Amino acid sequence: MSGIELGATGKLKRRSVVRALLQDRDGLLAIGGLGAPAWDITAAGDVPENLPLWGGMGGAAMMGLGLALAQPTRKVAVITGDGEMLMGIGSLATIAVQKPRNLSIIVLDNEHYGETGMQETHTRHGVDLVTMARGAGIADARLVRTAEEVIALRAAVHAGTGPIFAQVKIDEASEPLVLPPREASILQARMREAIMGKAAHLQ
Amino acid sequence: MSDAAADWPDQIYALLKEHDIRQVALVPDAGHSRLIKRCLADNDIKVATLTTEEEGIAMLFGAWLGGEKGVLLMQSSGVGNCINMLSVAIAHRTPCPMIVTMRGDYGEFNPFQVPMGNATQTVLEAMGTLVKRSDTPEDVAPTVNATLRMAFNTYRPTATLIGQRVIGAKTFGK
Repeated sequence: MSGIELGATGKLKRRSVVRALLQDRDGLLAIGGLGAPAWDITAAGDVPENLPLWGGMGGAAMMGLGLALAQPTRKVAVITGDGEMLMGIGSLATIAVQKPRNLSIIVLDNEHYGETGMQETHTRHGVDLVTMARGAGIADARLVRTAEEVIALRAAVHAGTGPIFAQVKIDEASEPLVLPPREASILQARMREAIMGKAAHLQ
Repeated sequence: MSDAAADWPDQIYALLKEHDIRQVALVPDAGHSRLIKRCLADNDIKVATLTTEEEGIAMLFGAWLGGEKGVLLMQSSGVGNCINMLSVAIAHRTPCPMIVTMRGDYGEFNPFQVPMGNATQTVLEAMGTLVKRSDTPEDVAPTVNATLRMAFNTYRPTATLIGQRVIGAKTFGK
């Protein structure tokens, strides 16, 4: 898969990682954590199978769990940031106990709070999310630093061998804003319709 | 209905079945222990024990995205952990029913339970939640039924608070 680029720091460029993960997605449902990951999934294509979050910090992974349990035949990817994941880090334990085969938690780790002035997060100071996920009981917990590892991650997301946790070290450079609709009732209704058809609105 | 004083947890379980609840998220409370046992024994209900209650607000949102109904069981102290996450259900206009067993409410022994117990209804209502209380065993099932109906029919957070007069105050032998 071409187009996975490295930034000035030699780390992966976030938009190219997300574009590669969501390419030819075959119905993959994606939840984007608030801030840059929500803009990243939107930049890859503002489609109904995306649920970009404008808030609910710390909740993205658990939203993925509820969705994955409700739709066991669909693949679900939560794509979020290191700050958002740290706020809901206990949810890795909850997810590990539930063992959803169709759920992947992918953390785009730039080691900073990007939306609030690039303050450093704990991952900047050695906190190892992969080890925390593995300790929680997620056996497939992986560190992703190269294009090849992104391609392998994409294959694993679609294989349904989860739960998967991936910490993707990315370049910290900000990308241009690509905003999804801000009216969140539209965001949930369009995803529900994509999954269940018009009947979703009569549930 | 048989003896509501003893059977109200079973009546809640029957309501969960009637409303086709498929996901039950919870942080345990002694007052919910019988209901939790019923849910765990039911293969059609996925029970998730949480590390903190706001996980449940997020999980119920995900469940609804996927077309499944869920409910969050917790004690009143856990309501305090949920406050900002309720914005998810409010902004998306999605159902979020909560069944809360009260502490710090009526004859409480533990000082730490009182501040949140005393504030539970006020705080939930400040976050746009429709709150109904039941203070007698006979009132629990109709109140929970209303909470479930209002959540799934009108797409918002709703809560039943089950008073400590129903559950009995934990006295630590005092």
